[in-house]
Amino acid sequence: MSWLDAPASATQITHGRRFWLYAVAALVLAFLIVPTLIVVPMSFSGAQYLEFPPRQWSLRWYSNFFASASWVQAAATSFKAATLTALVATPLGTMAAYGLAASRFRAARAVHVLLIMPMIVPVILIAVAVFYVYVKAKLNNSLAGLVLAHAMLAVPLVVIVVTSALKTFDANQEMVARSLGASRPRAFILVTLPQIRFAVVSAALLSFLTSFDEVILALFVSGGANSTLTRNMFMALRDQIDPTIAAISTMMIVVTSALFALTQVLGRARNA
Amino acid sequence: MTRAASVPIAVRGVAKSYGKVVALDHVDLDVQSGEFLTLLGPSGSGKTTLLMVLAGFIRPDEGSIRFGTSEVIRLAPHKRDVGMVFQNYALFPHLDVAGNVAFPLKLRGVGAQDIARRVETVLETVKLAGFGARRIHELSGGQKQRVALARAIVFEPRIVLMDEPLSALDRKLRELMQIELRQLHDKLGMTTIYVTHDQREAITMSDRVAVIAGGRVMQVDTPRRIYDRPANRFVAEFVGESTFLGVDIDGDKCSCGGTPIRVAALPEAARSMLLMLRPERVCVADPHRGDECNVLQAQVTDVIYQGDTYLVQGLLRDGARISARGISSATALARVPAVGDMAPFSFAAEDAVLVSDAAA
Amino acid sequence: MATIAHPVISAASGTNARGLRRDQLRERIALLSLCAPALLLVLVTMLLPIAWLFSLSFTADDGSLSLVHYRRMLEQPSYASIFVMTFKVSLITTGICVAFGYPLAYVLSQLPRRAANLCLIAVMLPFWTSLLVRTYAWLVLLQRQGLINSWGIRLGLWDEPLALVNNLSGTLVGMVHIMLPFLVLPLLGTMRSIDHDYIKAAANLGASPTRAFWSVFFPLSLPGLFAGALIVFIICLGFYVTPAVLGGGKVIMVSNQIASDIELFFNWGAASSLGVLLLALTLAFLYIASRLTRLEHLVGEGSR
Repeated sequence: MSWLDAPASATQITHGRRFWLYAVAALVLAFLIVPTLIVVPMSFSGAQYLEFPPRQWSLRWYSNFFASASWVQAAATSFKAATLTALVATPLGTMAAYGLAASRFRAARAVHVLLIMPMIVPVILIAVAVFYVYVKAKLNNSLAGLVLAHAMLAVPLVVIVVTSALKTFDANQEMVARSLGASRPRAFILVTLPQIRFAVVSAALLSFLTSFDEVILALFVSGGANSTLTRNMFMALRDQIDPTIAAISTMMIVVTSALFALTQVLGRARNA
Repeated sequence: MTRAASVPIAVRGVAKSYGKVVALDHVDLDVQSGEFLTLLGPSGSGKTTLLMVLAGFIRPDEGSIRFGTSEVIRLAPHKRDVGMVFQNYALFPHLDVAGNVAFPLKLRGVGAQDIARRVETVLETVKLAGFGARRIHELSGGQKQRVALARAIVFEPRIVLMDEPLSALDRKLRELMQIELRQLHDKLGMTTIYVTHDQREAITMSDRVAVIAGGRVMQVDTPRRIYDRPANRFVAEFVGESTFLGVDIDGDKCSCGGTPIRVAALPEAARSMLLMLRPERVCVADPHRGDECNVLQAQVTDVIYQGDTYLVQGLLRDGARISARGISSATALARVPAVGDMAPFSFAAEDAVLVSDAAA
Repeated sequence: MATIAHPVISAASGTNARGLRRDQLRERIALLSLCAPALLLVLVTMLLPIAWLFSLSFTADDGSLSLVHYRRMLEQPSYASIFVMTFKVSLITTGICVAFGYPLAYVLSQLPRRAANLCLIAVMLPFWTSLLVRTYAWLVLLQRQGLINSWGIRLGLWDEPLALVNNLSGTLVGMVHIMLPFLVLPLLGTMRSIDHDYIKAAANLGASPTRAFWSVFFPLSLPGLFAGALIVFIICLGFYVTPAVLGGGKVIMVSNQIASDIELFFNWGAASSLGVLLLALTLAFLYIASRLTRLEHLVGEGSR
C-alpha cells in the first residue's frame, strides 16, 4: 500500500485524495521562501544587472560595498543603533512586564495597553510625528534620537515576550523565595530572572532586529552621517537599482538568520 | 537540629473580601506554641487564604496577627521568619538540592562552612543524606517534598506553614509522609499550621483541627472532640460519615419520632437541633454491647457488603433514614436482617450527639 | 468549644485597616513605578508627538483653530481615490492571504510536530527577514529583465516582457508575501488547539471527510482566521514601504500620501489630518476586532 493510499486523518481520507492540498501548501511555502533567499545567489553575479543563475560568479558587489565609505558607515550606524536599542528596550520592557504581571488591578491593564500602542499605531504616523518633534528638539539625524524612537518600537515586543514567559513561570517559586527571606527585588534576581533568561535574551535579539530592519522611522529621523543601512538602501532603490543592494541584502539575511536560529536554539534549551 | 524557639500565634478579626466575595470573615484563632494545627475545609473555604495571610502574601482588609508578642500583620513576607511548603514543592530548578536548601542561609549571610554543615544535617533529618549534588528533575515526588521541607526548616523558623504538601503524592506515599511529618514536628517542636481538605489526614496528624468554611472557623478542637462532638451540621458532615434525624426537645427530654432518646449532652439554649449519628456507632446485627439504651425501629431498605464493613440502611416510621455500619465478621453477617424486615437500630447515649442545624 | 485562653487582644472592627490600606497603596505604586521608565519612553517619543500632530491637523496655516484640512479632504476627489486605493489593496491582499494561507496553515496543523516545525521555518524566516530586503527581492524578480520575465520568455509562455512591477499587481504580490505569515501564524495556533476528538466524533457519526471538515473543523478555526485576517487588514491599511517600492508611483496609499505631503510639500496640515484619519480607522477596526475575537489571538500567543 503506497503512501498515497494511507489514511491521512481520523476521517480516513487518504493522502492521495487530498494531494492537491499538499501541492498548494508546497507552492505557498515556495512562494514564501524563494523570494526571501533569491537575492543570495544573485548577489554573486558578475554582470552589471542581476541575473539568475549568474553566468559569472564574482564578489564585486561585496567589494563595492566595503570600498564605499558611505555604505560601511551606514552599516556601522545600523549596528550601533540596533545594539543600543536592545540595551535600552530590554531592561525597560522586562521591568515593565514584571511590574504588570505582579499588579492585579485596572490601572495595570491601561498601562499594558499603552505599552503595546507602538505596535498598533501605523509606523508612518509615528515617523512623521517624531520627525516633527525632533526637528524642534534638534534631535533629528542624531543617533540618540534614532535609538530612542527604535527603543519605543521595540518595547512592546519585549513586554509581550517577557510577559508570556512570566505567565508560564511558577509564581510559587518567587513566593517561596520571599518566605525564605528574600525581598521582592532579590527574589526576582535570584529566582525569577535565571528562569526567564531565555525569554529576556530572545526579547533583546528581537529588539536588535526591530531596529536593524526598520525603514520608515529611519527614513525620517536618521540622516547625514547617522543614516542607517536601511535608509540608504531605500533611497538607492528609488533612484536606480544598484546591484550592491543585493550584496547588502544577503548580508542582512545572514545576520537575521543567525539571530533567528539563536532564538530557536534558546527556545529549545529552555524547554529541555 | 535543636528544638526551635517556637511561638504562639494569635489571629484576631482578620477579614478579607474580594469585591462582594468574603474570603475571610473576621477570623479569630489561637495557636499554641509548638502545636500542630490543621486548617481543614473544602476548597474555597478560606483555609489557604488564611495561610497566605499568615505568610504575608495576601494583605487582609483588617485584623491583627501576632507571632508571640510582635504584631506582624503589616510585616513584609520576607521579614516574617516563617518556613513554607507548597503543594507543588516550588523547588528552584536552576539550583541543585544543596543550593535549594542553602538558599535561606545564604540570604541570612551565614558563612560557607556553616552552610555546608547545616545543609548536611537537615538533609539527614529528612532522610536525604548525601543528596546535596542531585538536580531537582532527578528527584521523585516524595524526595522533592523532603527537599522542600528541608529548605523550609533549615533556618530554624519560629513557624512552619504547609499548604496541602502531600496532595500530589499517591496514597501509600502520602500515608508514609504523614507519619514522617508528624515525627519531624515532634522532634523539632516548631509551631506548625497545616492546610488540607482531607479529613483523615487532619485527624491523623494534628494536635488540634480548625474546621473552616465560608471564611469562618466552625470549630477548633482536638481530633477526637471534632469527631465525637461536632459543633454543627457542617463539621459533622465534613468529618466522617453521619446521619441526621429530626429531634424534639422538651425541657430536658428529647424524643425522636415519638421515641424517647437519651443524648450525650443537652444544648444550653433552645435552638434548632438535629440528632447526629455515626453509622459505625449504630448496631443492628452485632451482639449487644450493653450500653445501647436507645433503640429505633426501622424497616431495612438496603444491605450493602463493602468488604471490611457492611452497611444496613433503614427507613424510620416518620420517613427519615438511618444507617448502621459494622465489621464484616462471620457472626455479624449471619445476623444481618433481610431487606424489608423491621429491625432495631440501637446506639448508646454517648453516641447520640445533638448538633445545631445552622452553620455556627 | 475548647479554645485556649489567652489575654484578650482587642479586636475592634477595623484594626490596622488604615495601615493595611496604606501598605497596599504603597505596593501598587512601587510595582507600577517599574513600568514608569518604559511608559515615559512611549509617552515622550510617541504619545506626545502624535498628540502634537493631532493638534496640527486642527490648525490652519495662519495658526488658528480650524477644520480646513478635514474639509479639504472631503472636497478634493484625489483624497477619496487614495482611500479607495488603500481599502482596495488591503482587501485584496487580505483575501489572497486567506485563500492561500488557510490551506497552508491546515496542512501544517496536520503534520507531525517535527515536520511541521521544519516547515514553519519556511514561514518564520521570511517573517524575520527585513521587509525591505524582501520587497527588493520582488523588485528584482518582477522587473522587465527580471527572473520571472526572462524565464517566462525562455519557456515560451509569453513573448514580450510583462509589466509585473511598478503597478498594482506588483504591489499586491509584494504585500501578500509580507502579510502571509501574519495570517498563518495565529491561524495555525488556533488550528493546533482544535481537539482531534471532534473530527473523530464527526466521522463516527457518519460525516464524510469533506463534511467533517466544513461542519466541524472550519467553524472551529474561524476565530483564528478572523484574528489573522484582521491583523493583516489593519497592517495593510497603514503600509508604506511595499507600495512605495513596487508601486512605481501608481499605487498611492494613505501612508504614501502622508509621506509625500511632508517630504515634497511640507504640508503638515494635510499630512496630519490624513494621519489622524488613518489612526481613527485603525483604532476603529481594532475595536471591532476586540469585540469579535479575543485579543490574545492577535498577539499570537492564543491557543496553545
